[in-house]
Amino acid sequence: MDLFEYQGKQYFARYDIPVPSGEVANTVDEAVAAADKIGYPVVIKAQVQVGGRGKAGGIQIANNAAEARKHATNILGMNIKGHIVLRLWVESASDIAEEYYVSFTLDRSAKQYLGMISAKGGVEIEQVAKEDPAALHIIHIDPAGDFTPEAARAFVEAAHLNPKAVDSAIFLVEKLYNAFVEGDADPVEINPLILSKDGRVYALDAKVSLDDSAAFRHPEWAQFESAEAVDERERLAKEKGLQYIGLDGSVGIIANGAGLAMSTLDTVKQVGGSAANFLDIGGGANAEVVTNALTVINTDHNVKAILINIFGGITRGDEVARGIVEALQNVDLHAPLVIRIDGTNSTEGRAILKQYESDRLISATTMLEAAQKAVALAGASVGGN
Amino acid sequence: MAIFADENSKVVVQGLTGSQGRFYGLRNRAYGTKVVAGTNPKKAGTDVEGIPVYATVAEAVEKEGANTAFIIVPAAGAADAILQAAEGGIPFIVCVTEHIPMHDQARVYNVLKEQYPGVRLLGPNCAGILSPGKCNIGFNPAEVSMPGHVGIVSRSGTLAYQSIYEMTQKGIGQSTAVGIGGDPVPGTSFIDCLQAFQADPETEAVVMIGEIGGTQEEEAADYIKAEMTKPVVAYIAGVTAPPGKKMGHAGAIVSGNRGTAQAKIEALRSAGARVALNPTQLGDLMVEALAAR
Repeated sequence: MDLFEYQGKQYFARYDIPVPSGEVANTVDEAVAAADKIGYPVVIKAQVQVGGRGKAGGIQIANNAAEARKHATNILGMNIKGHIVLRLWVESASDIAEEYYVSFTLDRSAKQYLGMISAKGGVEIEQVAKEDPAALHIIHIDPAGDFTPEAARAFVEAAHLNPKAVDSAIFLVEKLYNAFVEGDADPVEINPLILSKDGRVYALDAKVSLDDSAAFRHPEWAQFESAEAVDERERLAKEKGLQYIGLDGSVGIIANGAGLAMSTLDTVKQVGGSAANFLDIGGGANAEVVTNALTVINTDHNVKAILINIFGGITRGDEVARGIVEALQNVDLHAPLVIRIDGTNSTEGRAILKQYESDRLISATTMLEAAQKAVALAGASVGGN
Repeated sequence: MAIFADENSKVVVQGLTGSQGRFYGLRNRAYGTKVVAGTNPKKAGTDVEGIPVYATVAEAVEKEGANTAFIIVPAAGAADAILQAAEGGIPFIVCVTEHIPMHDQARVYNVLKEQYPGVRLLGPNCAGILSPGKCNIGFNPAEVSMPGHVGIVSRSGTLAYQSIYEMTQKGIGQSTAVGIGGDPVPGTSFIDCLQAFQADPETEAVVMIGEIGGTQEEEAADYIKAEMTKPVVAYIAGVTAPPGKKMGHAGAIVSGNRGTAQAKIEALRSAGARVALNPTQLGDLMVEALAAR
């Protein structure tokens, strides 16, 4: 789960990482009230999960209530690279002396943790890495060992920050490492980490992604869930316990297994179509699961054809076919269906479907053939309807 | 021969008394796998359809000579289960459990590497391993397999089943099919499997099924180019996956320009592998690769 900046700061605060004081606002009036309470000048920041919001005008300074009202009005509802601003974070303006960068993440190749720190913050770190690699200090940390206070000191000292910032930065980096490991986050990134003119070091931004697999040991994460902006189709799928990602094509996809689902999307694209979604119904394919999957896809009006791609392994092809037939009685589909069942007992499965075949229910033997048929149907109904 | 698991594998199932563990443990035994024990500290002394249950893996090793662990326990206890198997003296551990927190995976991987360098972990979140005619540990549908000389290695389970089936339909048997799993910190990598297949006299060619995310496939391509003499047929899923979206597997996520399907396909092609554009093509390309030797 990716956190918004304000959630990231709330998360950091729990791990004793210093952040500026601030408040969340959902309306213009709330933003002005928050600004009055915090005291001017304040910064009003768009809460969207996309980079470049400063350049887009999504971050503004307000010196008084009138300015706060003007900026809040402009920023709320703003479209930043396809993300609509629904919420603001209002915080006390910082008197910045210097801007730094620090992060921890997993290095998947090395299978170790990666710590990065730089005295050049406030810009895209990829740019620093490319243009001035010496300014980015990188270390590996053994996940089976400890990040000792000595290691934290060496890490910070190698970045050549302002000497006034070093001790506070070491304190902060140790806390950030805790937020990363004990907090079950990946990555945790602060850009910029700032040294203020009055000598304080704190996180001016927060980029945090929480590991969903660890939610069972973090009941406190519940507070972050509700704020997630999700596609309506994704919300319904989540409610039904399905692995679903909404896309914008015209072929609805149902497959068993994440790899097969991904591969089905690719095959549809390869034959000239585009997928409306990714949907993995997992190992089994009983009537209830198929019903749920079809229900979610049926809410998507871009869908002109549906492709069910099942590989019968331990779930046999005839069981899958019976599940699909039963599901079809529960859902009134607005788009025609192409079904491909392969693997164990696929011949029996296809024989069951045979009795129900029509121009609305078509079967196919290979993935490629199924994709071709579904894409043809999706194309035909665009012209026909 | 086969790689990692064969007719000499004696399997202890950690989680045998759970519903999933029981289902797959018995299913694997019915195929002919030597399932010699299960573990559950609360049910020690009982049995599951004649398979004795012990409190610890160490006891299963001592009493039944177990040399392979099959871990099918809930995510919260999986990291401890892996370490228990290693401490108990098991050299080959297959963990199918999904949703193990990333930090647990990273810690366990490095503890094994440092303290138990002889231990191989397969997974987590993998489909298991099947050496047709010899041994099946995990979820693979052995019904669609046949013994033979093509090795298969895949991150995805269903795409492995699909490729086993594509081979069988062409009359091409398999030496071993290995699922390495789709998680961020896999115990066994593509390269580990390619090395083992290259060294296995019974394996004549390899099918490699990758997907978006990480750089494992690119690293495998470097290995293929430098070391492999056996032909490789590859397929990469996720060409159309949008950046930043997690496609089911935690590891399957494109971040920036890294981990894209296109980069992986190009790396494999330039390493001399034949790359299929969809799973249906895998069978034809393997026929071609075997004929061209």
